[in-house]
Amino acid sequence: MTTIDRASGQRVAPAHRAKAHRRGSRQRKSVVLTIVMVIFSIYSTVPLLWLIINATKSQSSLFSSFGLWFGNGFDLFGNIAQTFTYNNDIFLHWFANTLLYVVVGGGGATILATLGGYGLAKYRFPGRRAVFAIVLGAVAIPGTALAVPTFLLFSQIGLTNTPWAVILPSLISPFGLYLVWTFATDAVPTELLEAARLDGAGEFRIFFTIALPLLAPGIVTVLLFAIVATWNNYFLPLIMLSDPTWYPLTVGLSQWSAQATGVGAQPIFNLVITGSLLTIVPIVVAFLFLQRYWQSGLAAGSVKQ
Amino acid sequence: MTTTSLPRTARRATRRRRDWRGWGFVAPFMAVFVAMIIAPVFYALYLSFFRQQLIGGNIFAGFSNYLDVFQDAKFWESFGRVALFMVVQVPIMLALSMIAALALDSARLQGASFFRIAIFLPYAVPGVVAALIWGFIYGAQFGLAGSINSFLGAHFSILGAHFLQPFSVSWVLPSIGNIVTWEYMGYNMLIFFAALKVVSSELYEAAEIDGAGPLRTVFSIKIPALRGAIVIATVFSIIGSIQLFNEPNLLKTLAPDVISSYFTPNMYAYNLSFAGQQFNYAATVAIVMGVITAVTAYIVQARGSRQGDF
Amino acid sequence: MKRITRSSTTRGVVTAMAVGALVAATLVGCSSAGSTSSGSSTGTAALAAALAKGGTITYWTWTPAAQAQVAAFEKAYPKVKVNLVNAGTNTTEYTKLQNTIKAGKGAPDVAQIEYGVLPQFALSKSLVDLQTFGFNSLKADYATGPWGDVNIAGGLWALPQDSGPMAMFYNKKVFDANHIAVPTTWDQYVAAAHQLHAANPNAYITSDAGDPGFATSMIWQAGGQPFKVNGSKISINLQDPGTLKYTAEWNKLVQGKLLSTIPGWSNDWFKALGNGSIATLLSGAWMPGVLEASVKDASGDWRVAPMPTYNGTPVNAENGGSSEAVIKQSSNQALAAGFVRWLDHDSNSVSIFTKAGGGFPSTTADLTSQAFLDTAPAYFGGQKINQVLAQGAKNVLSGFNLLPYEVYANSIFSDTVGKSYASSSDLNPGFQAWQQQLVTYGNQQGFTVTGK
Repeated sequence: MTTIDRASGQRVAPAHRAKAHRRGSRQRKSVVLTIVMVIFSIYSTVPLLWLIINATKSQSSLFSSFGLWFGNGFDLFGNIAQTFTYNNDIFLHWFANTLLYVVVGGGGATILATLGGYGLAKYRFPGRRAVFAIVLGAVAIPGTALAVPTFLLFSQIGLTNTPWAVILPSLISPFGLYLVWTFATDAVPTELLEAARLDGAGEFRIFFTIALPLLAPGIVTVLLFAIVATWNNYFLPLIMLSDPTWYPLTVGLSQWSAQATGVGAQPIFNLVITGSLLTIVPIVVAFLFLQRYWQSGLAAGSVKQ
Repeated sequence: MTTTSLPRTARRATRRRRDWRGWGFVAPFMAVFVAMIIAPVFYALYLSFFRQQLIGGNIFAGFSNYLDVFQDAKFWESFGRVALFMVVQVPIMLALSMIAALALDSARLQGASFFRIAIFLPYAVPGVVAALIWGFIYGAQFGLAGSINSFLGAHFSILGAHFLQPFSVSWVLPSIGNIVTWEYMGYNMLIFFAALKVVSSELYEAAEIDGAGPLRTVFSIKIPALRGAIVIATVFSIIGSIQLFNEPNLLKTLAPDVISSYFTPNMYAYNLSFAGQQFNYAATVAIVMGVITAVTAYIVQARGSRQGDF
Repeated sequence: MKRITRSSTTRGVVTAMAVGALVAATLVGCSSAGSTSSGSSTGTAALAAALAKGGTITYWTWTPAAQAQVAAFEKAYPKVKVNLVNAGTNTTEYTKLQNTIKAGKGAPDVAQIEYGVLPQFALSKSLVDLQTFGFNSLKADYATGPWGDVNIAGGLWALPQDSGPMAMFYNKKVFDANHIAVPTTWDQYVAAAHQLHAANPNAYITSDAGDPGFATSMIWQAGGQPFKVNGSKISINLQDPGTLKYTAEWNKLVQGKLLSTIPGWSNDWFKALGNGSIATLLSGAWMPGVLEASVKDASGDWRVAPMPTYNGTPVNAENGGSSEAVIKQSSNQALAAGFVRWLDHDSNSVSIFTKAGGGFPSTTADLTSQAFLDTAPAYFGGQKINQVLAQGAKNVLSGFNLLPYEVYANSIFSDTVGKSYASSSDLNPGFQAWQQQLVTYGNQQGFTVTGK
């Protein structure tokens, strides 16, 4: 691999490149850094260990054994089966609902943020500065107090207690907008766009064929965050939905948790814990799947010539 | 950027057309935004000028709701609390995330991809589940804290059998801060990591030619390159801290006497709305909070960004 | 739980109702004009007509028995479809109810509402007065405590489902192991607390981290009447003689740090009940169901005793329990009312409910039935617990009011009284602070509230 020297336009002697390349691959692995990262990883994963260990316990075992070690018996598979079949397979409903909300809501949010971020980055249009100021300003107002006005507004249109009440608000990702904006500013050279325009290509064609591939790693980041945000969406669905058949997993699990309270209490903490574990698995899968695009794309999109 | 020489009018026409094209891309986002966010905000603004009572219906209140908020001891107490939370927790969390991102980027790490996902995992955990997990860890009777207490009590009697009390009045805020850091460290780490990946390798080569060591590279190239990402992460972390709600609200059942209904401004607005049915006052609190947050965010962003970024 | 057999009087009533319904249905079938769907037609005839005509209604509840009850109802009335929705447990459901009522759409036809919160919904005119359907005739079929709870400001707003006369549930094994006698007065209870905690520093007589429902029930038992509600005129005195009697006694436990601070209904709380760290529970008569279902480790250890008294005279209060009400927004009020009547009055329905372990019945037929009183669950070592509980129901003091903004009052309890718990100090300043905020809130909301 050779690089082009800016000033002379000639190829740089391979010796420099080889030296840099050798440096990268034969870099001594730092013990200090590894220890630091191991500590961070332990900090991040030990609480999840609690989740895994306790998903193997039956409800009665939960009450009689110590939290961070196994109880009597290994009931993980029994718990999983019970989680899926409890109360007429409602967990599967919740799972399907969450998938719907994530695909339509999270996917939609990524599309809107990508389009919007690209527009903000590459076009100088009137009202440009105002757009981001307004978006940031509105985000600054906490959603909990907007919940009731939103509920009342949705109620007038008849959207409450429908999946749209969950999907539509989740289409807005101000952070995604910002991320694509900063990424597009750097990663999509305006010269390329100009050249394409001179060739007579329309704006959307330019966007799809030129900008989108360059933006890929940024989009993947936004997509990942949007997936997690919509997957874990809790507060607004709780307010908007009264029928459990439309609940996402988070609201459903908290309802199961609340069954342990009051008259006729039936604690099903074992199902809550197992359900929580099952809830995390798809996100892990998504992350592992998406990080490959990220890895290759991020480096490719970076070089400025 | 080269332009071919077009007749003046044609060039202006081209530029003008391009000016409005931007809206084609931004419009979908803004359309949904106006419907989903602006509309409720305006409705909340409208509500803040009225007062609806359980008896007596709706009356116009003018600015009296706003005057009440400025004199509301509960509001200012909660606000002071999240401000304190913010100035302590945000720098700590961002510093840790940055160290992790730099470590990942350094190419001197064994098993980088394992660390990346391990640290990211907590962000994927729904708040409801995180509350369950940390509820156990912080449990001073049967939880992990309780076990540590018994261990310490048995072996180091000076400390007493009740050393760790995560839900006591003095420790509850750090306990919550710890949970928030745990949840968002991976998220911020990825933001920094992605930003680092965009740094051109030429810069590193130039630095190497100049004889810069790895630490010097970090401070002179990587961290300055992260400037934009640091600003954005800080702005959103500030907004998140001031709007702190999920974690204290979920933990409230485990520490009902320590986490009050007005522990954070957002919880205050929530309880006003849902428990007290004081929608108008809640809307006023929300708007005041929103203005303070927006001003703070704007200041941070303005001071942090280079000219020309926006 | 044993099946509750019908007494002959109940059977007679049921038969009469069935015959009456059949006759009414035939009559309606003959006439061409149908009854108006949401109007308040008079009496049982309207109900029978609506049930015969059929339709769909939505029922919000979180009781575990609901599914079986709805199935039985639909079998008995095949033309009616009931949409059973679990919209959340207490406050979660009440929030949704408040929101949908305010929005004017989306509220259910029938909702489960606990007695404590019923005044709020009744006084805000969100419910249908069931007197218009002749439900007053059912008065004799219910115990006085629950019937009093659903009669508010001259209207009948719901039918009682279960009731919660209080009792003291104690862990006999723990008591025997520590040679503690079962207390019959509060002074003895405090002494037992000292004795237990001294013998075992990890054990407590009971847990209390500050619960508004518990506090108001205890004030009730002490004879206090802190809230006097007369339309929109309210007077609040959380330092009245009854309240002071309660706080004087309970302060000994709070300030003496003799109470476990484990929050109720948490994982740790269930654990503590199972391993003897919490030795008594002062709670409503529905607690046996919870213990049997959830604290299996302690099976055979627990017993029931009457609530301790202040001076030897038996007094009691209610703690918990729900009713079913018809929401005014309902587009088929008669059908909804007919369903409520079946749900909370039909003996088949009530028997399904009590069998599911959901709660303690409120119907006199069940409370006096011999089979019910003779029930001797193995969990309680064969003790005839219902005798103790039913006796307790008879001693409930009457005339206790709750506020028309109970949800709000409960939400600020831990802000005010909770501070006393947090610092293990005198409860009275906490109650005074609670009173002050309740007065301010009430006046802000347009009530005329005076605090003493």
